[in-house]
Amino acid sequence: MSRFGDWLNERFPAREMMREHMTEYYAPKNFNIFYYTGSLLLLMIFLQLISGFLLMAHYVPTSQGAFDSVQGIMYDTRWGWLIRYMHVDGVSLIFILLYLHIGRGMLYGSYRKPRELLWIIGYLIYIMMMGEAFFGYVLPFGNLSYWAGQVITSIIHAVPFVGPGLTTLARGGPGVGSATLQRFLALHAVLWFLIIAALIVMHVLALHQVGSNNPDGIEIKQHKGPDGHPVDGIPFHPYYTVKDIFGVGVWLIIFAAIIFYAPTMHGVFLERTTFFRANPMVALPDVTPPWYLAPYYAMLRAIPNKYFGIALMGLAISLPFFLPWLDRNPVRSARYRPVYRMMIIIMAITFFTLAWVGEQPPLPKYFIIERLGAVIYVGFYLLLPIISSIEPTRKVPERVQS
Amino acid sequence: MTRKTWVSATAGILAWFAAGCAVAAPQFSFSKTTVLAGARLFAEHCSACHSVGSLRYNRLAALGMSKADIEKEIMLPNGANYLKGMEPAMDVADATKWFGIPPPNLSHMVRARGQKWIYAYLTSFYWDPARPSGWNNHVFPNAAMPDILAPWGGTYASDGKLLQPGLESPAVYHQQVAEIVDFLRYASDPSIFERHTIGPYVLGALVLLTLFAYLLKREYWKDVYNRGNGKQARGPKQG
Repeated sequence: MSRFGDWLNERFPAREMMREHMTEYYAPKNFNIFYYTGSLLLLMIFLQLISGFLLMAHYVPTSQGAFDSVQGIMYDTRWGWLIRYMHVDGVSLIFILLYLHIGRGMLYGSYRKPRELLWIIGYLIYIMMMGEAFFGYVLPFGNLSYWAGQVITSIIHAVPFVGPGLTTLARGGPGVGSATLQRFLALHAVLWFLIIAALIVMHVLALHQVGSNNPDGIEIKQHKGPDGHPVDGIPFHPYYTVKDIFGVGVWLIIFAAIIFYAPTMHGVFLERTTFFRANPMVALPDVTPPWYLAPYYAMLRAIPNKYFGIALMGLAISLPFFLPWLDRNPVRSARYRPVYRMMIIIMAITFFTLAWVGEQPPLPKYFIIERLGAVIYVGFYLLLPIISSIEPTRKVPERVQS
Repeated sequence: MTRKTWVSATAGILAWFAAGCAVAAPQFSFSKTTVLAGARLFAEHCSACHSVGSLRYNRLAALGMSKADIEKEIMLPNGANYLKGMEPAMDVADATKWFGIPPPNLSHMVRARGQKWIYAYLTSFYWDPARPSGWNNHVFPNAAMPDILAPWGGTYASDGKLLQPGLESPAVYHQQVAEIVDFLRYASDPSIFERHTIGPYVLGALVLLTLFAYLLKREYWKDVYNRGNGKQARGPKQG
């Protein structure tokens, strides 16, 4: 190594870190398409930081100026539209990746011992991301932003005794206004972002402590070669770095196609009602959250009582934390658990059906779908301890299948 | 609403639909030409009341209209500034007094409502003596806006019967309404031409990059496949 390299490494463990996390981090060789999502999430969150920084340089966090400043970015700022579409469409794409990433973990049993903490940190990142998305959603101050801000902060109102006080604290006043935008900007760009960044570092460190799971759900560390490295493991660098660069290429093609040809994704990524200025005098006929939060909103609406609805929503959001202990089967991967695999497929269909129904107006004909969806969602977690202890399993191979 | 109004409204919509089919479906050809044609029609008919506050007049120069033409044909209101957003000719306070509500800024209307909605709205007015303006609309019942395009498009009853033909033939008239909608679509999404110009280059560069990344990945992963077949792998250190 060069003299500069030696000088540096005596003072900073660059070579050691490179070895520990890249060239001598052995990952299973049988990763499939789901395993691109981790590196793509890192990339997308980094892009959100860059685009968010540039947007904030032009944004005015006041109830009078916010909407116009965002339109100024779209109409009058050079490349402003590119930066804003990157930021707005990036959110929906991050949640698509998050759902694939979480779904992958459920499918292959990546939450099981010894990866419980890895799963919990990851799920915490997802919950923080929901908050981050909500704060960001209010900032452009279209009419949907205003009413979403009102409705979501009013959920805190249901907290016993301190609820009303907390709502005022969250809004910075009796209603959503300049004070709300200023504190939401501070939360969005500083506090929440720092917490998410710290959790991501912890997530990667925890992953490298326990090692990656794989689609077969078996430990590669159980079969080591004479060199002491797992036989079915390959160094992350160069093998997975070059593979992930290819994944990044494919992903950026999708991202660019959306930005350049369908930046609002027909009102799904950027809703129609965000193009009306915030107006407390014009209530929206129905305030629906963006698609990625809609499953929980559908469950909130499934019960016509505010307190029980919020309780169900809270339960739905917190149940996945307990997944490592609810699953009692010795086999991890759904590849060798036909019943569990069917449960995961039903769960995925239910989740996206709830996302769809959460976007619909609150009509009686949708209640049955919302309630059925909520029952299946909660039922998955409640029945898992029983089903996983009696379900039949296929023979798990000794070595990973490539 | 009474049953009679429902029946007449339904009949009106059916009649409008039938008329629309008989004439021609809206032609949203959407090009810089139709946007500029729509801008001229908008300036002539709509900008008396409506602003397009987010779109500056000079944006039209980028679409190929000369500054002199913009000043002569588009900047009709007194005191309009070439570098500022499109303003209405009418005083907003006056307009609010006359119509009950201020005529909305149309900058984002196509993004908010969709171009088909705007087109349907503009072609769905009918004569209704019960309304203060004398006009009503099938798509947006009790809209405050009168059918200012009636002299060109003709006056219809709520059941779709033509009461008085317009100056334009239905085909030309519907084409012109579509051009106004094209202009409003541009106004709500002014980066569209730039996006569609750069888009192919960005995607092309990314496809090329991805192709090379794939070849690189394939080259490296030969080791992994060879090792799977029992051959000696090239470890990271030896390589």
